[in-house]
Amino acid sequence: MARKLPSVDVVLVGFGWTAAMLGQELTDAGLKVLALERGTWRDTSTDFAVTFAQDELRYYYRRALFQEPAQETLTFRNSANETALPMRELGSFLPASGVGGAGIHWNGQYWRFLPSDFVARTHNIERYGAGAFPDTMSIQDWGVTYDDLEPYYDKFERLCGISGKAGNIKGAIQTGGNPFEGARSRDYPNPPMEMTYGPTLFAEAARQIGYKPFACASANMSRAYTNPLGVTLGQCSYCGFCEKYGCGNYSKASPQTTILPVLMRKPNFELRTGSEVIRINQDKNNKRATGVTYVTEQGEEFEQPAEIVIMCAFILHNAHLLLTSGIGTPYDPQTGQGAIGKNYAYQIVSSVDVFFDDKIINPFVGAGALGMAIDEFNGDNFDHTGLGFIGGGYIALWNTNGRPIETHPVPKGTPKWGGKFKKAVAENYLKTATIATHGSVMSHRANHLDLDPTYRDIHGRPLMRMTFDYTDNEHKMSDYLTDRATDVAKAMKAREFHAKKREGHYSIVPYQTTHNTGGAIMGSDPKSSALNRYLQSWDLHNLFVMGASAFPQNPGYNPTGTIGALTYWAADAIRNQYLKSPGPLVQA
Amino acid sequence: MAHFDVNRRRLLSAGVAIGTVAVSGQPINARSITGGIPWEPDQAAAPPVALPHAPPPALFFTDQERAFIDAAVSRLIPQDDLGGGAKEAGVTFFLDRQLAGSYGKARTWYMQGPWSEGTPSQGNQSRLTPAQTYRAAIKAIDSYCQKTFSNKTFAQLAEKQQDDVLTDLENGKIELEGVKSKSFFKAFLQNTLEGFFSDPIYGGNRDMVGWKLIGFPGARYDYRDYVSKHGAKLALSPVGLKIIPQD
Repeated sequence: MARKLPSVDVVLVGFGWTAAMLGQELTDAGLKVLALERGTWRDTSTDFAVTFAQDELRYYYRRALFQEPAQETLTFRNSANETALPMRELGSFLPASGVGGAGIHWNGQYWRFLPSDFVARTHNIERYGAGAFPDTMSIQDWGVTYDDLEPYYDKFERLCGISGKAGNIKGAIQTGGNPFEGARSRDYPNPPMEMTYGPTLFAEAARQIGYKPFACASANMSRAYTNPLGVTLGQCSYCGFCEKYGCGNYSKASPQTTILPVLMRKPNFELRTGSEVIRINQDKNNKRATGVTYVTEQGEEFEQPAEIVIMCAFILHNAHLLLTSGIGTPYDPQTGQGAIGKNYAYQIVSSVDVFFDDKIINPFVGAGALGMAIDEFNGDNFDHTGLGFIGGGYIALWNTNGRPIETHPVPKGTPKWGGKFKKAVAENYLKTATIATHGSVMSHRANHLDLDPTYRDIHGRPLMRMTFDYTDNEHKMSDYLTDRATDVAKAMKAREFHAKKREGHYSIVPYQTTHNTGGAIMGSDPKSSALNRYLQSWDLHNLFVMGASAFPQNPGYNPTGTIGALTYWAADAIRNQYLKSPGPLVQA
Repeated sequence: MAHFDVNRRRLLSAGVAIGTVAVSGQPINARSITGGIPWEPDQAAAPPVALPHAPPPALFFTDQERAFIDAAVSRLIPQDDLGGGAKEAGVTFFLDRQLAGSYGKARTWYMQGPWSEGTPSQGNQSRLTPAQTYRAAIKAIDSYCQKTFSNKTFAQLAEKQQDDVLTDLENGKIELEGVKSKSFFKAFLQNTLEGFFSDPIYGGNRDMVGWKLIGFPGARYDYRDYVSKHGAKLALSPVGLKIIPQD
């Protein structure tokens, strides 16, 4: 029997990026804010200091910072014809557990989405006609535009101290930046990172064949930076342990390095760790959330009433909690009706390894967001007429790491073990760079999330079931991107290169990316979306859902920039509209 | 010095009124944090304890299993003119510790039924933990070898024969009782690479032989001086989390 606790103004479910940002904003507005986090307290000096953070086995291969499937997982199948089976160990994506969430172990690759990404349905139909994409692709506009979000992208960039070079300031194209980006109000707060050899060679080759390479925007600091909250980050030391690791050097923007030193000291903020929310509670009429029920690590159950409930967990947990709490209408892939679990999407990646004889790349001098990219083939930056697909992605040469368990590239045809393998690893380790393509995944009617009929979690709830596969659109698009990446690889005049196209079904086994999206999408119509343009539930007006679960489909960029912008946009709406007049911010 | 430290910490923690109250009883992870950032002296997450390289008492492998692992990892990453291989790097000891520990027990995996094979896209669906898989696989491989090569175990075969057996395992051509040869081989190869390239605190990569082979400088954390040295041979000697090698 749950013990009922005194009510708070706001309860935040999960305590990663979005919760830290909202905690800061809503305590500033004078509210009493409580965050509930299932994992542990974590901080730089105690949990990933430079004296022990560079440990490949512990952090990546033994999964020290991630969600444990024993605690929470999902079931997976490629299509409704199959029986979904549990993801028994982590692979394809790496959700976090603990304070800071995946904001601890991201690479720091920072992007804004294109203006056309937010109106993907309207834009593609306007440019390519009614047959731009088949009606099995459930592409929707976001209900929010790039121009709406621009000030909030800017605010998030200041919070994080993003290092980069603008490509478009108020419509004026800037040399050295990404000329395809939407117009921004001003440049990044810090200059781009200093470039290592591999990305430099990529940029030279790309320029030679007519593209416009630029330094990728990075949440790894190019110099020491003090953000508007007064929190200081240190210059990145290029240690090459970013994604899958915590930064020991205070050089990667995370909740811990940008917000928590301020937020944790506020008297009207409280964090409870080891406290997992298992249900969003509703009133009798299903009009309002009354709070949440959570279970501590000791197994005690509490009911926490709140005036406003904000879901801030990873997308998969947001969708799961909505489904298990019975909020809204579950999506039905047969009829297309219902919104909870709709339009689950992912990303599609491929790569081209480039092997040099005469050039020492030194891959271990790296950083998670250190790279040069071209954006000619992202979104609708190029004419798709006759190509048979929509969407796109960027092509980049990231110099993220030389961690040897993970990174020991060998030429095509090399055996996977034995003396020849050993020799090839020894010969190529210092002299190889990898071009990556990072492609969109459009929403598709069959790809969705719902509850599994068989498997249960440790709380006795059904696991969430993921039904997902790449479609022709994704394969054609990714092949096209890989061919363009190969063009650049050829221009790099290396000894040889090896293009690795993404073939066949989506597999949950090899690590690809933690850019899962959808399941509680935003939009303009309560029939086809779960949230309105302010990330407010259409069903319960005092429930807001942050994060990439709101993306109606997944553009060809890393999501954190847009998650940050959407969070500040929603926080602004809560502070300046909702608190004055609690109720639906958009009339259905 | 220790005395001073303790007092200093007390003063520091007394100066900031931080509430960190266990929600009930034991102050483990479920707790309330308010009014500041918690800092608990001597509670830093220490890296795993450094392991002695020799003589390693086995925690998991039997003598026969260890003979198999020694022989097999010697073929996966052999000793040659480039330097020591997986056996010389201590990979057998590394695997012994890994399989005796939480990895071997699949502590973080979802291990609830029902059990069903599924498609390759759905990943490992075996009910066996890594430790159980190794135990069953080694027994089955030795028994296959004894049947096929006049009663010799894997470790007793010639190198060429060992390579043939490993190749057949890799390609799933050998039926092993209770274990899928292909998935065992994949995990075994992966674990061998982990032992060869991970920090020496885990008992493998002895004398940083794996890192020296390729030129990885190990657990360094500041390369700012080298970012602009495009194409330069840096020749940085590797450092481990607890060890700086003597070369």
